[in-house]
Amino acid sequence: MKKRVVSVLLAVIFTASIFAFAGCSSSKSSGDTIKVGFLGPLSGDVAIYGKSAQSGADLAVKEINDAGGINGKKIELVAYDSKGDQTEAINAYNRLRDQDEVVAVIGGVLSGETLAMKDIMVQDNMPVLTPTATAVDVTTDAPNVFRACFLDDYQGVAAANFATANLTAKTAAIMICKGNPYSEGVGAAFSTQFAANGGTVVDQESYSASDKDFSAQLTKIKELNPEVVFVPDYVQIVGPILQKAKELGITAKFVGADGWDGVQTEYADAAQGNYFTNHYAADSPSEKVQSFIKAYKAANDNKDPNSFSALGYDAVYTMSDAIKTAGSTESDAVVKALNNTNYAGVTGNLKFDAEGNPKDKEVTIIKIDGGQLKFETTIVNK
Amino acid sequence: MDLFLQQLINGLNVGSIYALIAIGYTMVYGIIKLINFAHGEIMMFGAYFAFIFATSFQMPIWAVLLIPMVIMALAGVAVEFIAYRPLRDAPRLSALITAIGVSLFLQNLALLIFKADPKVMPKIFPETMISLGGVEINSTTLVTIGLSLFFMVLLDLYIRKTKQGRAVRAVSEDKDAAILMGINVDRTISLTFAMGSALGALGGILYSVAYVQVFPTLGVMPGLKAFIAAVLGGIGIIPGAMLGGFIIGMVETMTKAYISTTWADAIVYIILILVLLFKPTGILGKNTREKV
Repeated sequence: MKKRVVSVLLAVIFTASIFAFAGCSSSKSSGDTIKVGFLGPLSGDVAIYGKSAQSGADLAVKEINDAGGINGKKIELVAYDSKGDQTEAINAYNRLRDQDEVVAVIGGVLSGETLAMKDIMVQDNMPVLTPTATAVDVTTDAPNVFRACFLDDYQGVAAANFATANLTAKTAAIMICKGNPYSEGVGAAFSTQFAANGGTVVDQESYSASDKDFSAQLTKIKELNPEVVFVPDYVQIVGPILQKAKELGITAKFVGADGWDGVQTEYADAAQGNYFTNHYAADSPSEKVQSFIKAYKAANDNKDPNSFSALGYDAVYTMSDAIKTAGSTESDAVVKALNNTNYAGVTGNLKFDAEGNPKDKEVTIIKIDGGQLKFETTIVNK
Repeated sequence: MDLFLQQLINGLNVGSIYALIAIGYTMVYGIIKLINFAHGEIMMFGAYFAFIFATSFQMPIWAVLLIPMVIMALAGVAVEFIAYRPLRDAPRLSALITAIGVSLFLQNLALLIFKADPKVMPKIFPETMISLGGVEINSTTLVTIGLSLFFMVLLDLYIRKTKQGRAVRAVSEDKDAAILMGINVDRTISLTFAMGSALGALGGILYSVAYVQVFPTLGVMPGLKAFIAAVLGGIGIIPGAMLGGFIIGMVETMTKAYISTTWADAIVYIILILVLLFKPTGILGKNTREKV
């Protein structure tokens, strides 16, 4: 008799719990707000990236809500700090899913944290759009994970196409940083594409991240006299390289990738007349870009947006469009809508390929002129 | 051939800077048998002072070079007075560990004051291309090599021809005998630190001008290379430090130019190991037997 009471009790509890959980999941789509999560480093060494992306995302949310929201419902962006740490990122994602019950996630901002969360996100079938994670693996075998930025090798290919078509270069030299996957990846893509375009890569030089003296490599490059020198690296290394090249009297055009952003402020002289690939240009003639910059400056103490802000902004718009098209906040419907995205954003036209990477996205070429970044052209890789 | 000459000049350029820094290591070692690991940080602060004088105060070239040298000479004396003098009769290991401590302290002090992001050193020398027999040389390179050689010759004359120079040599040969001859050992040691630090600061300034940036860890790598140069030439021997500096600079540049950029550092270290194995006293070092 006693046994029976217990089992009945257990049965009641189990049944109740089913309803309780069902209640949870139904609350996702009820109410008059749609919760979207944001994950990125908002404190620590790399906070600048997370904060920039978040300020772009915040602006997009405000604009969408001011324009009436998604199908009459307001978006609420729930932002958590990943601290750039993989464990913190997973904890923050779990909180977004269980406590805040978000319907989609914008993030992570860095490749490492995004890769850490990827497996759980795939299990949950959570619609995820990372604005800025560039590692190839982020979207592989993850039908619900998408990214808004182009991949490293894509911009290497674009830089090679620009060198061939716009600079009419037949010969190029490449300088890459050994042990830096970004520099090696972009450099290799450039090399392959430049050769495929009929050009000759006359020299490939390398250096290590701690090197300060580039005179031996640049002296060799000067002797070979290529028309273009491709240096995909960050400002703190590119600056001294350009300076030394100028001292040595190298006349070739230098071309770089998005790591060059910022070179115009402290190395204006050395960088004069050179080019790099980027996600968008602040002085682009596009009306979309100009209205974004105006709105961003108004909302952020007149500060200029960077690529992270622009990509964060585009990511929110893309996600909101997908939810609108899906007509519901069910994961499957949103993922399906994301797959059919065709959104004209600040950083170019966004469509996704089967992997969830941007397809035929424009790469903006920027020229450094008089300490300013000038829009040169856009390149779409065929 | 032109390419080779050009690389030769690149090697001379970096070699002359290593030589300047190596002199500081070797002089200090010669006189108190201490490897002054803080020397690289003296060099880094010299570069920061030059940066400040050149950007914030817009001073003329000679002031940008000389004032930091004087300041760092005083700083070198202060480091010796505060950190090394109380340990003069302590075991040599204690002084060595103190030197590492001073080095870390100064590095973090710079990090605190100037922050980690590299500052861009302005071009303080006139910038023109000079053609020498088919080879184009930048004037900054020539000024760097010229200034280094000038100060090295000056130091050599000072050590060999003046009374204080003779005192320095005497103390490094035999401290106790020097005391008996009425030489003020404390003052001579201070003088050595002052000269070594001034040359180190000059090396730091030239390094930051040649490679554009100033940052808190600026002194670490060139300091290490200069130390290897000092050991290579024979630690404690001033001409040896100069020779070692030029050899290391040349080996590094030629490896990058003709063998492999990734091997450059490795080959420099291999040379150090070979020297320590086969001629521990260095190229110009003499084997002296300890008298028992």
